[in-house]
Amino acid sequence: MHALLLLTALAAAAPEPELRWGADAQGGAPYVFQDPTDPNHLIGFEVELAGALGKKLGLRARPIQGPWDKLLELLERGDFDLALNGIEVAAEKKRVALLSRPYFSAPERLTIRRGDANAPRTLEALKGRQVGTLPGSMAERILTRAGAEVRTYEGGQDEIYADLKLGRTDAVLLDAPIAIFYAEIDSDFENVPGEFGSVEYAVAFRLGDEERQAQVNAALEALIRDGTLRALYERWGLWSPEVARLLGDPDLKPRSPPEELMRWRAAVGKLPPFWERVRTRYPQVLPLFLKGAGLSLAVSLLAMVLAIVLGVALAMGRRYGPTVVSVACVAYIEFFRGTPLLIQLTMVYFGLPELGVKLSPFVAGVVALGLNYAAAEAENYRAGLESVPAGQLEAATVLGFSRLQSLRFIVAPQAVRIAIPPMTNDFIALLKDSSLVSIVTLTELTKTYTTLASSMRDHLGLGLLVALVYLLIGLPFAQLARVVERRFARHLKRGLA
Amino acid sequence: MTLKVTGVVRHYPGNPEPTLKELSFDLPEGTLTALLGKSGAGKSTLLRCVMGLEPFEKGTIEIDGVVIRGTTESTAAERHLALARARERLGLVFQNFELFPHLSVIDNCTLALIKVKRQPEAAAKAKAREVLVQLGLEHRIDVWPEQLSGGQKQRVAIARALCMEPRVLLYDEPTSALDPSLKAEVLQTLQRVDATGVTQVVVTHDIFLAKGMEYVCVLDHGQVIEAGPPAQVLGAPSHESTRELLKHWQ
Repeated sequence: MHALLLLTALAAAAPEPELRWGADAQGGAPYVFQDPTDPNHLIGFEVELAGALGKKLGLRARPIQGPWDKLLELLERGDFDLALNGIEVAAEKKRVALLSRPYFSAPERLTIRRGDANAPRTLEALKGRQVGTLPGSMAERILTRAGAEVRTYEGGQDEIYADLKLGRTDAVLLDAPIAIFYAEIDSDFENVPGEFGSVEYAVAFRLGDEERQAQVNAALEALIRDGTLRALYERWGLWSPEVARLLGDPDLKPRSPPEELMRWRAAVGKLPPFWERVRTRYPQVLPLFLKGAGLSLAVSLLAMVLAIVLGVALAMGRRYGPTVVSVACVAYIEFFRGTPLLIQLTMVYFGLPELGVKLSPFVAGVVALGLNYAAAEAENYRAGLESVPAGQLEAATVLGFSRLQSLRFIVAPQAVRIAIPPMTNDFIALLKDSSLVSIVTLTELTKTYTTLASSMRDHLGLGLLVALVYLLIGLPFAQLARVVERRFARHLKRGLA
Repeated sequence: MTLKVTGVVRHYPGNPEPTLKELSFDLPEGTLTALLGKSGAGKSTLLRCVMGLEPFEKGTIEIDGVVIRGTTESTAAERHLALARARERLGLVFQNFELFPHLSVIDNCTLALIKVKRQPEAAAKAKAREVLVQLGLEHRIDVWPEQLSGGQKQRVAIARALCMEPRVLLYDEPTSALDPSLKAEVLQTLQRVDATGVTQVVVTHDIFLAKGMEYVCVLDHGQVIEAGPPAQVLGAPSHESTRELLKHWQ
């Protein structure tokens, strides 16, 4: 009896088995995005599909954020069990991942400015024209083959259409679901009828994970058979003859209204006035911004601690170490200062596993930022150390101080005063650079903004809000630095006593 | 306590001539000695070699029985050990004082006592106060170096060195950074320290200061060319270079 009770208790305490699925919420509607009327919730037809698959498999679906063009790399690294986010069925995808049976099919849609007489209206007419699309997409490949001047966007889909509206591009070619949710709700755009290619989406798995592939394929078949998938697509306004044919459904027309599409139109079709947004919408997103700010701050603070410790060692090694150590320190500084942080972060997160070192996203972010900023810190401290006259070290030496004592009690306190202002600058810069950790699945402050701006179609107002949050985080540190600087400079700027 | 320098050679790379050429001299305990010479004669280099701030190639420097040998005659570890032992008996007052600007006057004097000699803070402060009072700095104990006049800075530098109770105290051009009107004050300070029995060596270009010493040593081209009481060396110099030097100063 006791054993049974214990087992029951253990079962209750054990975490529910999860289906970790990777997606990019910044991609926007109708795939995976934050509900514009309640941004604390993730919605989208793929969110519902992941939930339905999880249910069939007896697992709780948990979304993991990752940049869309990095999803397959993150999948291979093991950050989630499958990628479900408009992954196109294409040969290059099959080379790096296993794909499920297609779960969705859609034509590519060409969108132009309404009334633009010079707009391209055929595939042939796209040659030499500026056309916006998503990087690494089927549409991009079609445009490249057609000889168009392709402009790709790392952000959300909203930006692609915004540029078209502003006349920066001549047209947009994207998958039909995107065109339905972004172009068709705006009277400034016109979707051009015609054949521009098509695309099919599938779930992606790690190479070798045939077992999960088979399970998901079986689950998809079951969802098709029991009508779940059809109902889902109808609700999102995505039921089309192409989808019906893909799922083997003879009934090409939808039977129910596209509730979610209508809800989306009502929410974002026309942006409310700024002050109304301030009153009604922004209070809703504030918790998300604070959560993102907390992560940005945690990553930045820990990275700065690492950068300071390593930077001190590098500066000391460079200035006072034997030649071998000094040269090694210079090499480190030049390498990390002279190469982009993004590359270093990518190497730490995606490259180190090849050497058997697999860091969590948070640790990888802290390590990459810390290693990079250590180079800058080392140079700050070197400048500080060199500002202390050599005679000070000699005076300490003749008084009998060891080298370490001389540095600690005589040189360092004087050098710190010189190093604090550039250190403060570096911390503020690091805080902003911490936005790069979004490529390793962390949703920090900037990523929170870009996903919200994309799903709420509000770039300016939310941009001002996120800028304010960054300022509020950075200002106390700038103030603290001033206090510390004054403390270290208290012996200066005094008249004769 | 004696300072004995025997056959010291210091040759800077790139210079055709050594700066110190087999330099030798022997100072008796408790003397106040001026080290004179033209610029480049090797005076400051000698001080730096004695203090271990610069290596020398050959010869020995003996401080109260502790022998420091040249770099070609001893290992780095031996030199390091000998230097550490010698520094316990040596002090140096720098030309531009090298007070620690981030520490108050009292902290300038106590830090080495606490961190190097491991004295309790209270004892170190008592000692520093005593020395500062001796040098007439009782009103400047808690101020920052930046708040001191040039003469006061120098006395603090001397006090800082004296707190470590050196047996030999070296000075590098003690009047060069000061107003000429302060020369008498400097000499008075040196004589006050002399009364405590500390052997003092003062590198100087200042004839007034040299005249107030007990002993004068003249260096030329890295060698001692003349030595003796000031009345003898400065009053009736026997070497042509000394005469030229004095003529130039007068």
